[in-house]
Amino acid sequence: MIIGTQKSREEWAELVKDYHALFLVGCGACATVCKVGGEDEVFAAQEWLEERGHEVVGSVILDEACHIMRAARELRRCKHQVEEADALLVLSCGAGVQSISDCVDKRVLAGVNSLFLGNIRRFGEYEERCSLCGDCILNETAGICPVTNCAKGLLNGPCGGLEDGHCEVDEQKECTWLKIHERLEKQQRQGVFDRTVQPKDWSRKYKPGKHKIDRGRGDK
Amino acid sequence: MSRLAEKLSQQQFVVTAEIAPPKGVDVGPALAKAELLRDMDAINITDNQGACMRMSPLALAGQLVQHGYQPILQITCRDRNRMALQSDLLGASALGIENLLLLTGDHPKFGDHKASCPVFDLDSVQLLQAVSGLEHGVDMAGKKLSQPPQFFSGAAVAPAAEPQLLTLKKFKKKVACGARFFQTQAVFERTKLESFMAEARLYQVPVILGVLLLKNVRMADFLNRNIPGVQVPQDLLQRLEDAPDSLQEGVAIAREMVALAREFCQGVHLMTFGHEDLIPQILAG
Repeated sequence: MIIGTQKSREEWAELVKDYHALFLVGCGACATVCKVGGEDEVFAAQEWLEERGHEVVGSVILDEACHIMRAARELRRCKHQVEEADALLVLSCGAGVQSISDCVDKRVLAGVNSLFLGNIRRFGEYEERCSLCGDCILNETAGICPVTNCAKGLLNGPCGGLEDGHCEVDEQKECTWLKIHERLEKQQRQGVFDRTVQPKDWSRKYKPGKHKIDRGRGDK
Repeated sequence: MSRLAEKLSQQQFVVTAEIAPPKGVDVGPALAKAELLRDMDAINITDNQGACMRMSPLALAGQLVQHGYQPILQITCRDRNRMALQSDLLGASALGIENLLLLTGDHPKFGDHKASCPVFDLDSVQLLQAVSGLEHGVDMAGKKLSQPPQFFSGAAVAPAAEPQLLTLKKFKKKVACGARFFQTQAVFERTKLESFMAEARLYQVPVILGVLLLKNVRMADFLNRNIPGVQVPQDLLQRLEDAPDSLQEGVAIAREMVALAREFCQGVHLMTFGHEDLIPQILAG
């Protein structure tokens, strides 16, 4: 899931200050789960805007704002309200914002900062475990990703900052390489310690990412 | 072969120290400090140490070479990607720099540019490998060099870090990837050094022990709280606390560490923080 946080109300105020009539867009997927752009948040945004003298001409919670075609279709259903608006305030991840900005000519305002692809620990607590780096090493690291969990993304073992089992960057956090080491020991295998891991192939991560499933062969 | 390499290959005990490049463009004070360190076998030039932006160590090391000193150029993976690292390495060779200390680097979180991108395109093991490649006339893309550089590459190790087994796993990788000497993080405990060296010795790569001059108990506390990988044990804190002259006690402790180095290692790397005048005392005995 994409984890995000709302921009501060001060930033929102700065964003909307030149627009009187606003149309609000939320997202029923990640933004709803992490409480930045679901029904409750869109409603709260509406109240906040109206209190400040703005007019909210309408709102919609898209099923998945990141679905380009579907987002466009759902937004077309609100065509008249969108036409009345001076700008759209979107409470979804950056991907969702761009589905919207692609299908309207009006100014689209992003009300959320997208943080990371997150695992959910419990409600309201998210952890980044995967950086979508395109070059997965998990099979050798006992299922713990050093690219993401090690503050330096090291591939060949811990740095010199390992102290009492903790990470130099966050002493609340156990060193990822220590975890990998311990889990590999438990599994009685050398894993990633058996070889020198070569430098990462960042060409797999050229931006922007694009992927198309080959329907004939499946995703090989 | 660098003078440092030669001495180490002859099993001689070496002494190194370090200089941080200036935060500014005047290299005068750094050269003056190098003069104070003239008797050292080599002088490390730190690379944006503690993730604080300073002059390029490449530039200062180049100046040191010109003035007849023997620098060890420290290169970290924090600030440059593999292209920049390799081009700096070629530049270093062109400037007559022979000794390298190849490091991961402290995280920007510790420094004065906390918002900068932590690069870490390579880790220290891969950087060692890249240097070996260049020495064999090929860059990381497999392209041939017109004239390959020759270096004496070192790496860092923290013998006191636990679990030692994990530290040794990385140590082993560094040796396999071309580390020809090690400089250690400051160590204050005999038992840890002893057990580390019992294993490390098998790889037959010279280890130069980091010896840090503790000026007083405040400094020791600071190190314990803020410097990754450095732990001053309780009994030494007590000694510094009780001593009538804590700096002299610090010198005594450093002297004990030098004695340990003579027993287990092949040199010392002195970190004296402005007290270069005390080096003869630290090395005495």
